[in-house]
Amino acid sequence: MAITKRQAAPLAKQTFEYAPAPEATDHIRIQPRYGLFVGGRMLEPHSKKRFPTINPATEQKLSEVAEADAVDVGRAVAAADKAFTSWSRLAPSLRARYLFRISRLIQERARELAVVETMDGGKPIKESRDVDIPLSAAHFFYYAGWADKLEWAFPNRRLRPVGVAGQVIPWNFPLLMLSWKIAPALAAGNTVVLKPAETTPLSALLFAEICQQAELPPGVVNIITGAGKTGSLLVSHPAVKKVAFTGSTEVGKLIQRTLAGTGKRLSLELGGKAANIVFEDAPLDQAVEGIVNGIYFNQGHVCCAGSRLLVQESIAKPLLEKLKQRLSTLRLGDPLDKNTDIGAINSRAQLEKIQGLVASGVEEGAEIYQPECRIPERGFWFPPTLFTNVSQSYRIAREEIFGPVLSVLTFRTPAEAVEKANNTPYGLSAGVWTDKGSRILWMAERMRAGVVWANTFNRFDPTSPFGGYKESGFGREGGVHGLLPYLELT
Amino acid sequence: MAGKRSTRPSPQTALARNSRDRVEVRKTYKQYVGGEFVRSESGRAYRPDGAVNVPRGSRKDLRDAVRAARGAFAGWAARTAMNRGQILYRAAEMLDGRRTQFIELLGGGRKAREELEQAVETLVWYAGWTDKIVQVTGTVNPVAGPFFNFTIPEPTGVVGIVAPEQPALLGLVRRLAPALCGGNVVVALASETMPIPALTLAEVLATSDFPSGVVNVLSGQRRELLPWLAAHMDVNAIDAGGCTPEEVAAIEKAAADNVKRVVKMPAGELSPHLITAFMEMKTIWHPIGV
Repeated sequence: MAITKRQAAPLAKQTFEYAPAPEATDHIRIQPRYGLFVGGRMLEPHSKKRFPTINPATEQKLSEVAEADAVDVGRAVAAADKAFTSWSRLAPSLRARYLFRISRLIQERARELAVVETMDGGKPIKESRDVDIPLSAAHFFYYAGWADKLEWAFPNRRLRPVGVAGQVIPWNFPLLMLSWKIAPALAAGNTVVLKPAETTPLSALLFAEICQQAELPPGVVNIITGAGKTGSLLVSHPAVKKVAFTGSTEVGKLIQRTLAGTGKRLSLELGGKAANIVFEDAPLDQAVEGIVNGIYFNQGHVCCAGSRLLVQESIAKPLLEKLKQRLSTLRLGDPLDKNTDIGAINSRAQLEKIQGLVASGVEEGAEIYQPECRIPERGFWFPPTLFTNVSQSYRIAREEIFGPVLSVLTFRTPAEAVEKANNTPYGLSAGVWTDKGSRILWMAERMRAGVVWANTFNRFDPTSPFGGYKESGFGREGGVHGLLPYLELT
Repeated sequence: MAGKRSTRPSPQTALARNSRDRVEVRKTYKQYVGGEFVRSESGRAYRPDGAVNVPRGSRKDLRDAVRAARGAFAGWAARTAMNRGQILYRAAEMLDGRRTQFIELLGGGRKAREELEQAVETLVWYAGWTDKIVQVTGTVNPVAGPFFNFTIPEPTGVVGIVAPEQPALLGLVRRLAPALCGGNVVVALASETMPIPALTLAEVLATSDFPSGVVNVLSGQRRELLPWLAAHMDVNAIDAGGCTPEEVAAIEKAAADNVKRVVKMPAGELSPHLITAFMEMKTIWHPIGV
């Protein structure tokens, strides 16, 4: 039945509230306590120590996980070392088979993994369901295919795997970062010991089950849990030949220093302070969506987040109006609700870091804008925040906040935009919005960043290499380039 | 006029009738910084072979060289690949043109001749790579969505090169050429015990149309210069292929201050992977739509 004009008028004035749309959790089985996945089996930790992992949206304990000590790390590395001999000699096409299996198992258990990821980390279910888990499966599928084609990737070279890889990953995309690390390592014939972040260990422990289901040979993948101490024991273990780390620039530098002179291979994917540049000829509505996706995706817990918005002066006013309007429509709340845009901050420590940096922004003289939004009583939350009147010297314009906080700066000429965009020790990603093709290429050429998104932002794909310039790290993950850190070429 | 002796000697009389009588015009060896041949700002010199004075470069010389290199980076990186290839090829021409001089500097004989030949060949080989490296190592990536996505290598920036002690010419050329080929700018430390070939190579580079500051060559003591090169916050990568294990460890430690790339490929390596070792992969996304 068509709606008449008379009926439509009051409808248009009405505000529609979203009804709760919670994702079911009754099919999820989280064990009360977990051991360490070593040599294909779940082992009791030698340390006998465990620590809780909580749901940051409710502060309720989900499970207790083991805190691996030096003996536990030693056992895991020994298991990986033992498995290396047979795994590296296994017919490459058979290595591929296992990786294809893992990819399929991730797809089969996708919803379970998505829900656990959201419960343990606080990210909106629509993101874990539509981004994290599908990309994880895709990553394994992509590198599975490389396992028996490596000689086509690096012609005229003799290839061999490096050995045991010690991999330490962050809490912002737990299963996806695991996939970025494990898939290329295994495809190239290495074995791994991986340590997930202490606040988000659960999806990695579910992945351990998947390795068992896939009947992956014991010791090829080992998962140990713990905090920074465990990570440091892992990367400095003498039998670890290759270290891959994703996390803060501060810890990355520490690892680079620790590994000095050891001959270990190292790849680092560190922090960022990306510029997202909007020119006056950009389609504004699309740019607004891109800006929102750039900084408020995953609560801004994204190393490549577009945390510095550079707007051409002539359109700063209308763009900011649209952006503020759009911010007021973002829904913050229960991460398990399918309509939620902004979930919980991953941990209390991270929340305090964000609060501290935001306070510094206000103190240094920037103008803060936060839309009205209801903050749940329990859990860790931070409203989407926007700063205008920001000078390049402010901490909020220089330091990685890793939260839903955007700093807005302006520019007049393309040269000024480039200058400001590159005025950072980081160089992970950058964004540019303009209708002019030649300008996109001109900008893309000049921005010192490993990934440039033009008229889009925060896109990822297993075929697309990802990684930084300057202090954002070295080495690439994804694509054929992502194999290099895990191969010795002679 | 005949028979009358001039009180001033004609220029001809200074010319030697035979080589035994000749008084050689000696060369003062200098460092090459920002396109100029300079003494060390410290005023110091050392005599590695016990005879010839060679500038003993200082921390400040190093900083000057890095500043000159950084200033030259954008321009050099923006040159077309073909133009960079032509300039590297010209360096090969200039080096080949001075073959007699270099063979003599390297001690003469078959070994010296071979080193010179290989140095020329290295420059020619990398000259040909400038416009192929992107094609060989770049990719177009078939992402699962309506996007055009491609990856290209770009120069990493200022590269510090520590030349191996031996071979004094070839060791440096083998690292200089791939770094320059990819569009980087270079601050090189010459062999400490045999710096003359490197300082003479600088004369070759100076006449090869490299813009000022693209290549800088310092001489002096490694233990004095290396820590500052490794820790310099505006150096993006260090080639430690010519270093001892102890030096590599010290470089790697200091390199962490600004997450420098430390390249350790064997000094004899000739490979496109050595070019990309001094390059960054940049990936660009753009939507496809009407």
